[in-house]
Amino acid sequence: MPANPNDQPTILALETSSGACSAALLHQGAITQHLELAPRRQGDLLLGMLDALLKAAELKLSEVDVIAFGQGPGAFTGVRIGTAVAQGAAFGANRPLLGISSLAGLAHAGWRHYGGGEQRLFAAIDARIGEIYCGAFAVNGQGQAQPLGSETVTTPEKLTVPEIAVTHGVGNAWALYDEPLRARIDLAQAQIASTIHGEAQDIAALARWSLDQACAAELAQPVYLRDQVAAIPGSALLDSAPVAA
Amino acid sequence: MRVLGIETSCDETGVAVYDSERGLCAHAVYSQTEIHAVYGGVVPELASRDHVRKTLPLIRQTLTEAELSPEQIDGVAYTAGPGLIGALLVGAALGRALAWAWEVPAIGVHHLEGHLLAPFLEDKPPPCPFIALLVSGGHSQIIHVPEVGIYQLLGESVDDAAGEAFDKTAKLLGLPYPGGPQLARLAERGDPTRYRFPRPMTDRPGLNLSFSGLKTYTLNALQQTLGERDDTEQVHADIARAFEEAVVDTLVIKCRRALESTGVPRLILAGGVSANRRLRERMAAAMQPLGAELYYPRAEFCTDNGAMIAYAGWRRLAAGHQQPLAITPRPRWPLTDLVPLA
Repeated sequence: MPANPNDQPTILALETSSGACSAALLHQGAITQHLELAPRRQGDLLLGMLDALLKAAELKLSEVDVIAFGQGPGAFTGVRIGTAVAQGAAFGANRPLLGISSLAGLAHAGWRHYGGGEQRLFAAIDARIGEIYCGAFAVNGQGQAQPLGSETVTTPEKLTVPEIAVTHGVGNAWALYDEPLRARIDLAQAQIASTIHGEAQDIAALARWSLDQACAAELAQPVYLRDQVAAIPGSALLDSAPVAA
Repeated sequence: MRVLGIETSCDETGVAVYDSERGLCAHAVYSQTEIHAVYGGVVPELASRDHVRKTLPLIRQTLTEAELSPEQIDGVAYTAGPGLIGALLVGAALGRALAWAWEVPAIGVHHLEGHLLAPFLEDKPPPCPFIALLVSGGHSQIIHVPEVGIYQLLGESVDDAAGEAFDKTAKLLGLPYPGGPQLARLAERGDPTRYRFPRPMTDRPGLNLSFSGLKTYTLNALQQTLGERDDTEQVHADIARAFEEAVVDTLVIKCRRALESTGVPRLILAGGVSANRRLRERMAAAMQPLGAELYYPRAEFCTDNGAMIAYAGWRRLAAGHQQPLAITPRPRWPLTDLVPLA
């Protein structure tokens, strides 16, 4: 596997954690991508997209250096489809697998949207039941993202953020919680883009910087952030009702 | 032809390799029962999450045990439905992607076809035609199988599945989830003459089943004995026995009726409840006067497993069926919608 981005690694990437389904191939320094806004249709589309990318580049899956996937947080089902497809592909082709934060991917999409350079982005997406998944990232001129603090799931009201001057806010949470977010984040100079999604090309671009973290397929797992998804009978809050076996 | 089978439709992760020449090469099942026990039922989101953790390690383990390299696998079969959508998606996405990477055909298997064909994993497989009694936590059906791939529904439960009734009644008796098998053990110590529960829907023609009313009888029997008897443990055993007798008797009556009305001289038992010892014994006894044969898989292939999916997948792949490059599980998928093999 190439040790640094200058070696022009071949990376096959996918991102299904939002309402979009996308697959991208980074090969010989150039990126190609298929993307569809297709809530709940990722299963129909994803493998066909990956297959078409490889065929167009006349590559075999076994010839890619790394398979990278957006590992969440995001829609649970979307994250799992992406993870399972990435696992199956990586195991089947005996290729290393690399999970990339979907929030970092979103921040990178924002960085592209706003023309590159040095940016500090706050990525936040709707996590339902009044909560958001969010994280802050510094992205440098080459598009390398550094997390500023840890990613969290929280209500906008309980959000605590690193004391940084955010240059850009990205993600659909900004459309839902603009006011409470603005009350907590230093946004003096910030621009907000709430309609941006993280795409597979962002996952591929970020993967270049962490190739050494690629691992065996089964070790790459989804990141949900929300771990309380069911309540024991008799306790409060039932998110997910049990069904008969 | 060697087929890798993957089962993730509910709370068991199952993986197996079936070889059309040598039979079953290896299989492994991981049960999530402990994860769901505290919730008193399967929590779909937790089931899905655990399948993502367990499926690939089980695939690796199964290939190692079978002493097979990936190049020796000719097809991938996975459960495509019916079942929990999130759980199905994990096995379907992983299995379909794996087949794509291996450049071999894939097939989405109907979970119940898997169960129905489980007896074919045994040394003496049943010839067709046969009548199948499929009894599990999710299904209770009587099916006419003129040949593999053609399934005619003769009757089914109008309410609770047999396994569901076992689990719910076990809960009423204070047994921890999933209580079905424990209820059967408790029933061993029960006095069969102490209580008599009805045999639902046996007094009318037809092959449909109903088990939800037995819960009411259980509750009534429990309440009746409050204050009358102080040997609580024996009361529970007696009620468990009465319940089990009623379910088994009902199933025997209906299966006998199915054999008589169709003239088919062969019955197979499939699904988790078919591991029940009393059901197997009673059914075997009922077959004798009819001159009919009884078949059932070993206990580990009665409950959800990858071996039955690998086998059913092989049958379909060998007949030329294939799943295109899309992941399309069907959480609700009537068995009668299946296309014939040939």
